[in-house]
Parts: sequence; C-alpha cells; structure tokens
Amino acid sequence: MFKMFEPNKIFLVTSKITKYVLFLFIIVLSIGLVEALFLSPEDYIQSHSVRIMYVHVPSAWTSLGIFSLIASLSVISFIFKNKNFSIIAKSLAPSGFVFNIVALVTGSIWGKPTWGTWWAWDARITSMLILLLFYAMYILAWRIFDEKEKVIKITSIIAILGAINVPLVKFSVDWWSTLHQVSSVNILSENTIHPSMLLPLLIMTAAFSLFSLLIFLMKYNTELIKIKNKGLDRL
Amino acid sequence: MINEIIFMKGYGLYVWAAFSFTLISFATLYTLIKINLVKEQNKFTTKFGLLDKEKVKVAQTQSMNRAILASRIS
Repeated sequence: MFKMFEPNKIFLVTSKITKYVLFLFIIVLSIGLVEALFLSPEDYIQSHSVRIMYVHVPSAWTSLGIFSLIASLSVISFIFKNKNFSIIAKSLAPSGFVFNIVALVTGSIWGKPTWGTWWAWDARITSMLILLLFYAMYILAWRIFDEKEKVIKITSIIAILGAINVPLVKFSVDWWSTLHQVSSVNILSENTIHPSMLLPLLIMTAAFSLFSLLIFLMKYNTELIKIKNKGLDRL
Repeated sequence: MINEIIFMKGYGLYVWAAFSFTLISFATLYTLIKINLVKEQNKFTTKFGLLDKEKVKVAQTQSMNRAILASRIS
C-alpha cells in the first residue's frame, strides 16, 4: 500500500530537489520581504507595527500546520506500523518547533507597542506556548529513547495528545475573550484584511512553507543516511 | 525616506527586531541541519571507503548508496 513511500525511492528525489527548493525559497522570501517591509501600506491604527504580522502570522500558521501533519503521520505510522512515516514526522519537527518560537517571540515584540505588554496569559498565547512544549517533548523523546518500537510509540502518543491542542489554538480567540485579535484571514467566511496586506502575507506564508520543506528535506536525508551508516556496519 | 524606513514612526525598533529574529532563527536552523547532514554524509563516505571489494560490490547494488556518494561529490 505504501510502496511509493519507500525510503530508497524517496531519497533519490529528496537528495536532488533540495538545491532547487533553496533557490526558490530565497527568491520568494526576497519578494516577500520587499512587499512586507517597503511596499505594503501602514495600518491606520497600528501604523508600521502591523508589518510584524508578515512574520508572526505565517510562522504561527506553519507551526500549526506542521504539528497537524506530524500528528496525522504518527497515527498512520501507529496503525500501519510503517516506520518511514515516523521518520517523515520526526524530520518535520525541527522547523515546526522553530516556527512556534518565532510566532511567540514576534508576537511578544508586536504586543509591546500594540497592547503595552510583552506577554499576557490569554487563551491564544498560552495555547501556543503549550504547543511549543509538545514540540519540545516530541523532539526530546526522539533523543532520549533508543529502542525503535518504544520511541515510535511514545512520540506518537505525544503527537496525538498535542493535536488536541491545535483546534484550541485556532478557535481560542472565538471561544474565549482574549487580548489577541480574532482571525482576519478566513477560508470559510469573508476576509477582513485589505488585499494590499493580504498579498505580502500570502507571499511570506509561501516563503515560510518553502523553508519548512527545505529543512524537512535536509533532515529527512540526514535520517536516511544515518540508517544507511548503520547498514554499512552490518554488511 | 531612509529615516522613515529605519524608524517607521517610532515602530522601527519593534519591526526590525521581529524580522531580524525571524531571519537569524532561519539561518541558525539551516546551519545546524546542514552541519548534521554533511557530518552523516562524511561518515558514510569514510565507512564506504573502508569496505573490502566484495562488500563494496554489495553496497553499490543499492541505488540509495550510490545517490549518497554522488551527492557528496556534487
């Protein structure tokens, strides 16, 4: 069923496309930065501080998306006993972790001029911090436990438990009264963001997605070579 | 014009700090992952070089082994 996900076949592709992804990432990021820092208009209330949105929001989106993917892959790996899915999930974690940190730090920097405080224990910010803890536990579990079956089981449990927190992050601003504003970009309902601000936001989201793909490819290749190194010892 | 870009009506410090932190985080993560990848590739090349002729023949039948060695050269 999962023959197309065989590591040998995947490596032949992933080892070749990394440099093209890096090249594309640099181009998209450059366009995104010019749009975000110089071409997009300032906000009539928040003035230039609104530009922080172009790094804060894509980081949060990417971080949430990656964790959802890790949880889904962990479930598949757990049900079908496919180790390659757990290696894919493991390789996704570093970029998700860093994006989560970036979302929290840039949010904190944005909070100071907007709310007058660096930090508030409101539902959105606290749930993002909890997500960061799940990322940390997930990465640490891979480092701490050596036994393969055990580590796959433990990391899957962490990912599945952490996935419960993902909708809490997303809907926290709707379910509770928070300092954090409600979503301006919606798939199912109308957007409340002007197209001149939506464009750089989408370009930066594309750049951040490419960066997470780049890091994933490099990390995945590293993991496969590690396995091959052990294989050479057994020859 | 340049002053407006740098100071951004008093918000420059916050905006530049947020963007700088993001880009530094990216560069750090990329460097760490790259170092690990190169380390594993070097380890593989060294181990492969230490194999005897028969084992090299067996190892070279696998396309992934050939791809790892090729990626070190390019």
